[in-house]
Amino acid sequence: MSEPRVVIVDDHKLFRSGVRAELEPLLEILAEAGTVEEAEAAIVEHEPDVVLLDVHMPGGGGVEVIRRAAAAGLRPTFLALSVSDAAEDVIAVIRAGARGYVTKNIAPGDLADAVRRVHEGDAVFSPRLAGFVLDAFTGPAPQPESELDLLTPREREVLQHIARGYMYKEIGLRLEISPKTVEAHVSSVLRKLQLSSRHELTRWAADRGIGL
Amino acid sequence: MSTLRRDRSHGWLGGVCAGIARRYGIDPALVRLAFVIATAAGGAGIVLYLLGWLVIPAGEATGRRRLPTGRGAVEVAFGTGLLLLSILLTFRALGIWFSDAIVWPLVLIVSGAALIWRGSSAVRPEPAPTGVPGAGANRPVEPIPAAVPDEPRRTVGAVSRTGVGIALVIAAGFAFLQATHALNAARDVGLALIAAVVVLGVIFAPWVLRLVRSLTEERSERIRSQERAEVAAHLHDSVLQTLALVQRSDDPQQVAALARRQERELRAWLAGRPALGQAARLAPALEAAAADVEDNHGVPVEVVVVGDRELDPAVEAVVAAAREAMTNAAKFGGGSTVDVYAECTPDALRVFVRDRGPGFDPAAVPADRRGVRESIVGRMERHGGRARISGAPAGGTEVELVLEGER
Repeated sequence: MSEPRVVIVDDHKLFRSGVRAELEPLLEILAEAGTVEEAEAAIVEHEPDVVLLDVHMPGGGGVEVIRRAAAAGLRPTFLALSVSDAAEDVIAVIRAGARGYVTKNIAPGDLADAVRRVHEGDAVFSPRLAGFVLDAFTGPAPQPESELDLLTPREREVLQHIARGYMYKEIGLRLEISPKTVEAHVSSVLRKLQLSSRHELTRWAADRGIGL
Repeated sequence: MSTLRRDRSHGWLGGVCAGIARRYGIDPALVRLAFVIATAAGGAGIVLYLLGWLVIPAGEATGRRRLPTGRGAVEVAFGTGLLLLSILLTFRALGIWFSDAIVWPLVLIVSGAALIWRGSSAVRPEPAPTGVPGAGANRPVEPIPAAVPDEPRRTVGAVSRTGVGIALVIAAGFAFLQATHALNAARDVGLALIAAVVVLGVIFAPWVLRLVRSLTEERSERIRSQERAEVAAHLHDSVLQTLALVQRSDDPQQVAALARRQERELRAWLAGRPALGQAARLAPALEAAAADVEDNHGVPVEVVVVGDRELDPAVEAVVAAAREAMTNAAKFGGGSTVDVYAECTPDALRVFVRDRGPGFDPAAVPADRRGVRESIVGRMERHGGRARISGAPAGGTEVELVLEGER
């Protein structure tokens, strides 16, 4: 697959240009955007493969950017990038459709790698996101019969390893499964995260005014 | 619970019996039985109950009340009132009775007072009492006043309730004077005066009390805002100080360390967590330990905690062992990020500390290197846990701390 073409969306100019400088040698950067409107315009104009999306921005944040891109009929892959600690913000962006979440202190090489992976259809979980998901899926499920509300033991194990700082390849080695299988488990978790009606998730989403 | 409060979550009507039972640690059923028996003594139980409802402050209502004593339950209240009236009349017919001159005015006065109290505590800007109706001495005994729910009611409802209450109290005063012939003869001026004082006292006491209470609330609110201002001032100091340090520093590593520490502090504050260092729970304690290690060794430490639990000596030992593991990881991990993952499940606490350094063979650690042996493995074993140190297949070292047992 060709190198992904990227748009960077963040309301902090300094951070934006920093990320751009770091990624420029590794990936094709099409444009930067500092507001929800600029982001919408840049996505419509450039039709990027991957949008690096800040969770927190004035005017609705990353969630609003995803919604507007979808309204414009465009479905680039979104990778959330944030300093935010708050589970509800991160979960909201994932439920709105982002394929992953990494924290802003990620190393440049790892960030480029994460962009490539979401571009190839993988889900990218940072240790922090894995922790949020494990937290959200702990406790009784609202509808025990719905497989969307429960993690399988294997998925739980994979998430625990992500939270412990292991890469997919390392997790595969430890659990004696292929990296592709690890990836399949993570994608399955992402699907549950987006579709489950667990009230921890819906409450978080509702707090941010996201109807799902 | 040390003070007497009406327990409205467990009570049936006003929570008087449940409150008394809770305060003195007896079975509510016994208290209720006592009130029922007291009712047989000329209705004294009912009067006492209403008095209790009146003077005992309400506790926190946590759950739903047993009887629908809110708005829209007028029928219930009215029915209860009629029932009580019939009971009183039965006692009167049976001769278990003090005297008409005492019981009826008392019932009236208590009902009216209860109405006024409920009304005045329902709305914050106290409604002025509306026009006082004439002496309704022939009014039937008012049903037990419906308890007002805690949410603010419309002022109109409260005012009309207050009006009815005042009317009842005044009627009680007249009924008492009438029954003792004080009104006819107007000869016992002293008695009339006492009755008037009682009436006024009953009418105005709630407002006076209310005023005192709101003054107390205002004071505690002021204390709270002062505390907040202190916290904000403290925060500004720390942020500004860090920024000043950053401006003067030309060592990128030091700048990064300063920024990360400040970020942690800010996040902890924004999340409303207690300041690092005075943590009483696992998650903040681990984060505090990680922050220390980060500051001391200049290596980023990422902490992810799933679940949380109170600190007890065993959990504190786990945190101390984890801190030691983090320090080791920071020292020997080749400067790579240290990942810390803690997981609290109902039956165990697990902490993983991982680095991406060259790794080492735990068996090859010399016996005089007490770090790992004593402060990690030994400490965990002394508190009924265990520690495992392993090299990860893809390099690096991972320390696993396990503390089993119910939390």
